[in-house]
Amino acid sequence: MTSWLIGLRDWVDDRLPIMRAWNTHMGQYYAPKNFNFWYFFGVLSLLVLVNQLLTGIWLTMFYTPTAEGAFASVEYIMRDIDYGWIIRYMHSTGASAFFAVVYLHMFRGLLYGSYKKPRELVWLFGMLIYLCLMAEGFMGYVLPWGQMSYWGAQVIVSLFGAIPVVGESIVQWVRGDFLISGATLNRFFALHVVAIPLILVMLVVLHLLALHEVGSNNPDGIEIKKNKGANGKPLDGIPFHPYYTVHDLVGIAVFLFVFCFILFFMPEMGGYFLEYANFEEANPLKTPAHIAPVWYYTPFYAMLRATTLELFGLPAKFWGFMVMAGAIAIMFVLPWLDRSKVKSWRYKGMGTKVALYSFAISFLVLGYLGAIPSGGLFLANVIPHHIEWLTNQGVTQTLTVVYFLFFLLMPIYTSIEKTKPEPQRVTMK
Amino acid sequence: MKKILMTILLALPLVAFASGSEKACGTIDCDPFKPDLHDKESLQRGSKYFVNYCMGCHSLAFMRYERMADDLDIPHEVAQQNLNFSGGNVGDLMKIAAPIKEQKKWFGAAPPDLTLVARARGVEWLYTYLRNFYQDEKRPYGVNNRVFKDVGMPHAMLELQGMAVCAPGPVHAENGGIKRDPLTREEVLFDPQTGVALNPCGRLNIEKAGALNGDQFDQAVSDLVNFLAYAGEPSALKRQRMGVYALFFVSLFFVVAWLLNREYWKDVH
Repeated sequence: MTSWLIGLRDWVDDRLPIMRAWNTHMGQYYAPKNFNFWYFFGVLSLLVLVNQLLTGIWLTMFYTPTAEGAFASVEYIMRDIDYGWIIRYMHSTGASAFFAVVYLHMFRGLLYGSYKKPRELVWLFGMLIYLCLMAEGFMGYVLPWGQMSYWGAQVIVSLFGAIPVVGESIVQWVRGDFLISGATLNRFFALHVVAIPLILVMLVVLHLLALHEVGSNNPDGIEIKKNKGANGKPLDGIPFHPYYTVHDLVGIAVFLFVFCFILFFMPEMGGYFLEYANFEEANPLKTPAHIAPVWYYTPFYAMLRATTLELFGLPAKFWGFMVMAGAIAIMFVLPWLDRSKVKSWRYKGMGTKVALYSFAISFLVLGYLGAIPSGGLFLANVIPHHIEWLTNQGVTQTLTVVYFLFFLLMPIYTSIEKTKPEPQRVTMK
Repeated sequence: MKKILMTILLALPLVAFASGSEKACGTIDCDPFKPDLHDKESLQRGSKYFVNYCMGCHSLAFMRYERMADDLDIPHEVAQQNLNFSGGNVGDLMKIAAPIKEQKKWFGAAPPDLTLVARARGVEWLYTYLRNFYQDEKRPYGVNNRVFKDVGMPHAMLELQGMAVCAPGPVHAENGGIKRDPLTREEVLFDPQTGVALNPCGRLNIEKAGALNGDQFDQAVSDLVNFLAYAGEPSALKRQRMGVYALFFVSLFFVVAWLLNREYWKDVH
């Protein structure tokens, strides 16, 4: 049996380099041995991607992409399909989990400078993945055809209407109708299940190929390829398989525990993974009192809403759209904004540390502000004595500026701050 | 220090979001209600109230008689005789024959399907809403609602509750507590200058009694809302049951993975 299998392997390997591929990416891929907690989120993103693809395929078997049938078909999956509810909750929980692990994965990149030379392309492919993911999540959220699906799509698609002159035509072109309708649902379905997943998978392959070409960064931000042993292998490196495959299994187990806990015991996650209003079928004649996107878009939504600027005769909506788009676009040029001599924040100076903390806090608080109705006082139910000037809008505007300053000031604070000397070899702490 | 800061950063959204999600019940606070999906008798009574008092106008269009009967331990024959008035099969969806166009004329808006109402509105909202109809001759059906002002729906359970009438109720003082007379500690109900009620519909009194007394009616509504909570997600109990096994399995997997990892990494320094 074994010799037969080896024979088959060799037969294939003579015709397709499967052994070489395995060695390049797993068995002989040397990863730094000092990966910490933050390094689990790459493999977890991959795990969630597979989860989304598989559950998505099964959902497609029973889902009806029409305005008349979509909502009912989701309930059909939830009730009449054997274990359909588990597939659907895996997919809906997976969507939020995807963003959670991707945000942590990206933040890891910020902490340890994983975007810096020679990994600029890894970062750029990653950003494209993030962009696809946002489009994928947005269109996927429209498919259940609940009230929030409908009105969320209405708000986001109409943003294009803020573009001068051609805006309205673009909106109509995207919707395929004069309002969000079955035509919109159908095209979003096509994009959500075919076009974007295809691009997403290809980008993930490119992300990994680019990473394995230059090698992984690590918490110390030093290149392990600089110190090679007599055998030509990095002294601080360790074969990805079996060392990191077994290591990642532990992370996967912890992740699955959290994932299953949410899936089985709180699939709505208090209205943040599945919004309550989305249990009501879409009704074009009835606007919900409070339209909020799902949590993973709320930081950008907050920026959009808080932009009240009217410049050059263009409406605030247009500038809000530009701020939102700019907040995402600016992340693309990150590798060229960081002028520091060192990669990891462990050896960067005070400027970077203050900037990183301010950025993280502003992103999280913006996320909170984007989920609640605009207007009102900031944390009115927590801060006991109301401070009249501390409004939600004012805080959002301030934090939007903080968000942008993190990037815009980066060339300055990374070049003038005093860095610590990097170690020669990786540290295991 | 760094670890503490990181933990705070990661926990921050939980705190912030927890404080942001509150659901009020129209003009009043919601009454607390917790569904008990294990209470089969309550669910059976709830299904009875639903088909008798709600289903004249509201459908349960994603629910099947058969599924309901099986889940609530109701024999199919009993369900067919007592719950399915459409004369159709036990496997049918719980749709109704009422014409939507006509309904719009009768009520101003078509009565919504109620399969998912417990998930969309929340059980506390429903429990409060159904117990807060009161007499209002200005409305077409003679009733209004403290949770859903000027709702088009008549008081479907009027014969059970009897007609509730508004009475002046307490108001909040500036410190957040109930406003009371400083000497007698009695609730202040009327403006001392004008004599006008401060909160004209702060209380509901039953003037003409219905078939049930107050506690019985609350129980009936809680049975009904319990049933709607079940109907919103019939697989909820099974989900939780499976969840225990899933978490147990994942925990076991964690131990194996952890041991394996320790074995491989023990020589790496």
